[in-house]
Amino acid sequence: MAKQFLVVAEARGGKLRQVSFEALRAAQLSSSDGDTLAAVLIGAGSKVLAGELAAYGADTIYVVEDAQLESYNSEAYLSALLAVIAVAGPNALYFGHTAVGRDLAPLAAASLAAGQISDVTAIERSGDNVQFTRPLYAGKAVEKKAFTDPAAPWVVTVRPNNIAPAAPDASRQAQLIDVAYPAPSLRSIIREVVKKTSGAIDLAEAKIVVSGGRGVRSAEGFQPLEELAAVLGGAVGASRAACDAGYCEYAMQIGQTGKVVTPEIYIACGISGAIQHLAGMSSSRVIIAINKDAEAPIFKVADYGIVGDLFEVVPLLTEEFRKLLA
Amino acid sequence: MDIFVLLKQTFDTEEKIVLQGGVVQEDGAKFVINPYDEYAVEQAIQLRDEHGGKVTLVSVGWERTAEALRTALAMGADEAVLISDERILGDEYEIAEILAHYLREQSIDLLLGGNFSVDNGAGQVAIRLASLLGLPHVASITKLDISGSTAVVHRDAEGDIEVIEVPLPALFTAQQGLNEPRYPSLPGIMKAKKKPFQHLSLDDIPGADAIIAKTARTSLTLPPERKAGRILKGDLASQVAELVQSLRNESKVI
Ligand SMILES: Cc1cc2nc3c(=O)[nH]c(=O)nc-3n(C[C@H](O)[C@H](O)[C@H](O)COP(=O)(O)OP(=O)(O)OC[C@H]3O[C@@H](n4cnc5c(N)ncnc54)[C@H](O)[C@@H]3O)c2cc1C
Repeated sequence: MAKQFLVVAEARGGKLRQVSFEALRAAQLSSSDGDTLAAVLIGAGSKVLAGELAAYGADTIYVVEDAQLESYNSEAYLSALLAVIAVAGPNALYFGHTAVGRDLAPLAAASLAAGQISDVTAIERSGDNVQFTRPLYAGKAVEKKAFTDPAAPWVVTVRPNNIAPAAPDASRQAQLIDVAYPAPSLRSIIREVVKKTSGAIDLAEAKIVVSGGRGVRSAEGFQPLEELAAVLGGAVGASRAACDAGYCEYAMQIGQTGKVVTPEIYIACGISGAIQHLAGMSSSRVIIAINKDAEAPIFKVADYGIVGDLFEVVPLLTEEFRKLLA
Repeated sequence: MDIFVLLKQTFDTEEKIVLQGGVVQEDGAKFVINPYDEYAVEQAIQLRDEHGGKVTLVSVGWERTAEALRTALAMGADEAVLISDERILGDEYEIAEILAHYLREQSIDLLLGGNFSVDNGAGQVAIRLASLLGLPHVASITKLDISGSTAVVHRDAEGDIEVIEVPLPALFTAQQGLNEPRYPSLPGIMKAKKKPFQHLSLDDIPGADAIIAKTARTSLTLPPERKAGRILKGDLASQVAELVQSLRNESKVI
């Protein structure tokens, strides 16, 4: 029986997030001949993004637009999504494993009495058998899971930066379907949003992460790291010790009780390499460690190590990259 | 105020994961309260002390989970409920449904859980539960104030902070920064031994034995081990130049 895969696309600052293209690819990788791929855009003024979703593989695009959907609210977005589900009748829902996906996917799964496999990093299909790979213990182990009933609805969230999107084809066309927003009476009210990361690149999606540990010594100590990240178009992360010391926000913490990142390049500055930190970054493609202490455990997982003072090394590195990328 | 805390026992974050015959080796491993759930326990105790009422811990897990529940009772929670049964496979759909079957019969003003569990990392159970119980929820909170029947919370939304007002009863999941969990005191440990502790099986929860998992693990492996790379040599400037060249020509990531 042909299935319909529905990808819940996510935009940020008026642009589709990379993870949405990755989720489209994840749905494609899960599908068989004859299956269809649809996407849903929820938000105010999101229709303009439909063309790009078509280019990346969506055949049908459902759009729910309403002023109430300007920013994410669990109840409002769930209501919009359920309206689309009622029209589209999908067999599977795919989300990015982002703040929105982590919130909305389990709500949708519970509403549909569906199984969900979260934080998927790879997909293998042979015939009707689809296996989903995901990390356990923040990457200290890896499991494969499958849905026990292939006919029941599936819900999947896809970890950013792991599944390469399809090559876009700008000539692809998709059918656009507007779905009316069934305005629910909202119980929770967002009073205020304090923007701290506006414009910055999301850590989980960043291709390059420059992280600071206790070795940066102060909030100002992150300055050279921010400059390096800016030159590389990357994001800044931190160890828990740096967060605990108040040098930075907990939202920047990488590790077992923080974010798990899989960038192309991870630069650890003044981070010793505790097991909880390694759990969150050791599947990065290339790891670079900068540490004064030649015995620091971080060097055991680093592809390249520089033994030295980060306050000398990081500015030199920034200069060198600036020259290279000029 | 009737406060329920969802609690899971996890491996100590210091533990290395060792597999034997495709399962995680538990012998000699240290177990702890899931670090995020610890913030939930602490918040519940503080709110109980401020507003009165009772803190009940609820967990689905192996019998050993009783240790984690005893620790949380020693921190100051009032009662514990452990739902333990060999038939439970650990699928998030299943666990949320079992908890919902139990919690629907309770009077609840506030439900607190952790942001995610550091072993499984799926982050589904608490949010599913909010939906199953028909409660509003906010995930990943770093601040919680209650006055009357309204909660005002701060939600960590990938670094931005959303200030959200929610009517009670509601469910919240705790993010790091919410508070500083206390250690169990010696008198606390002594008192914990006498606090009400219910052990339930699926047979004690009407309808729970009919819940069937929707997902299943097919394999478990260790990730490929990372080999130590190259410590660069020479003066700093030439090390830096070599690094940047290597990233371009060897690793091809720049
Ligand atoms: C339950 C639990 C959960 C945890 N979860 C996490 C987690 O998710 N993420 C995490 O990161 N940690 C976590 N930790 C903490 C972890 O155990 C370590 O304490 C932490 O990672 C150490 O951070 P650090 O490397 O920045 O600090 P330190 O271990 O203090 O290391 C600082 C390093 O900086 C170097 N240094 C100092 N000055 C300089 C300089 N000028 N130039 C270069 N190098 C310099 C030093 O040589 C040292 O190696 C957790 C701990 C527990 C108990």
